[in-house]
Amino acid sequence: MEKPILELENLRIRYGGASSEAVRGVSFTLGRERLGIVGESGSGKSTVGRALLRLLPGATITADTLRFGEQDLLTLSEKEMLKVRGRRMSMILQDPKFSLNPIRRVGDQVAETYLRHFKCSKAESRDKALIMLEAVKIRDPKRVYDQYPHEISGGMGQRVMIAMMLLADPDLVIADEPTSALDVTVRLQVLNILDGLVRDRGIGLIMISHDLNLVRNFCDRVLIMYAGRVVETLAARDLDKAEHPYTRGLLAAQPRIGGGRAPLAVLDRQPEWLEEKA
Amino acid sequence: MSVSVETRDVSITFGTGPAAVRVLPSVGFSVSPGECFGLVGESGSGKSTVLRCISMLTDIWTGDILIDGKSVREMPLIERCRTLQMVFQDPYGSLHPRQSVRTVLSEPLVIHKLGDREERMRKAITDVGLPVSFLDRFPHQLSGGQRQRVAIARALILEPSLLLLDEPTSALDVSVQAEILNLLQRLREERGFTYIMVTHDLAVVDHMCDRFAVMLHGEITEVLPRDAIPANGATHPYARELIGASLEYENAH
Repeated sequence: MEKPILELENLRIRYGGASSEAVRGVSFTLGRERLGIVGESGSGKSTVGRALLRLLPGATITADTLRFGEQDLLTLSEKEMLKVRGRRMSMILQDPKFSLNPIRRVGDQVAETYLRHFKCSKAESRDKALIMLEAVKIRDPKRVYDQYPHEISGGMGQRVMIAMMLLADPDLVIADEPTSALDVTVRLQVLNILDGLVRDRGIGLIMISHDLNLVRNFCDRVLIMYAGRVVETLAARDLDKAEHPYTRGLLAAQPRIGGGRAPLAVLDRQPEWLEEKA
Repeated sequence: MSVSVETRDVSITFGTGPAAVRVLPSVGFSVSPGECFGLVGESGSGKSTVLRCISMLTDIWTGDILIDGKSVREMPLIERCRTLQMVFQDPYGSLHPRQSVRTVLSEPLVIHKLGDREERMRKAITDVGLPVSFLDRFPHQLSGGQRQRVAIARALILEPSLLLLDEPTSALDVSVQAEILNLLQRLREERGFTYIMVTHDLAVVDHMCDRFAVMLHGEITEVLPRDAIPANGATHPYARELIGASLEYENAH
């Protein structure tokens, strides 16, 4: 078996001043695959993603293993971390309205990734950015390059974000709710673009979402998190065969097109879910 | 008590002069008493604006909006508030952070000079499935789902007949969404409310609504019955695309 990109064992995260841990002993390994992390808000799924990029100032992160390729993420200095962030591991955030700098041209923001991590001229980084904007299926990339974030639509903004994050050809991309701010019609387009690029380049993908349909369609494997723990790990196609009552509860709570109109099943939270080991 | 809603040629323009934007060119639809009517469409298509026009939160529109044959524009404020109420999208933004649930619920009672306040507040909070002790809580002591229940209780306390729901569950998790949808469904069965519901999720429309309108650039492209979703019975190209995308999203493998 090829070497995994990411190895995590017993990851624990406690926010500064919090009385309990937000993430309590999460372990998984990631190869060149698409991994989904699902759970409700507050289950700690985004916290895991942010901890991997060490974007949690003030939080205490401990783990038995936290290995990214050859590097131990726990011991890297902030200076070394700057070479990892954006270059080898990057993150696509939820809403392009808030994650793009409103007063800089979108193209320059994309090119910055290249300029920052590779020795090259401004013109060269511009060319790279234009190629990448084309790869995310933006028509007329030259025009879009010079636009500001408020001049482009949400779907286009999210594609710019994807271009920015994939430009340095990272080994791992973390997508934190990449499409929940988008309309249904645009959502599929954006996901297909992301999916195509990730597959073609053999990038590892962690898709963080609360949307079961999304992970079912765009991931190979799914972790289900509840209250800071992984309660179940499943192949995405076997999601319907989930055994943990929490996963089953989530699936049943979802209204479906063509479903009956009986009241939706409501989660009956059991205290033992908090302690059960996956 | 159920009411019908009819909108005819409702049109609204924001801004003046060359910067004027006609957000709704001409919207017309009718909702029968006790019906749940959905409004779907992409962001910026004017779904929420329609609700704001009906509730008179925005009053610069032209055209007619009739509730049980009576124009909302001519209804006195007090009567309008007793007829229709609105539930907003984000339960984190729509409750005053420094007001307890009791304050939130008692304000409409004071304004409308209704008696038995304590009794009414207890009833409203129990109706939405929260314990009476929650009256003394503040929003930060409540979860998202509980907040949305308080927002619904606030809308119910004046005993309206028409509820305008602006994406009532899109800020909530699936599990919590199920609770809120069940609650809305139960209240409608018990009280015969008329609902107009804005959403972007066709699965929610299929679960809740009898008919729905697909909006694009402020215009209603098509009004469809609920049955049109599973088989994609839409005729307008945009409506077909929207339903197609939702079906693909749900079933694609």
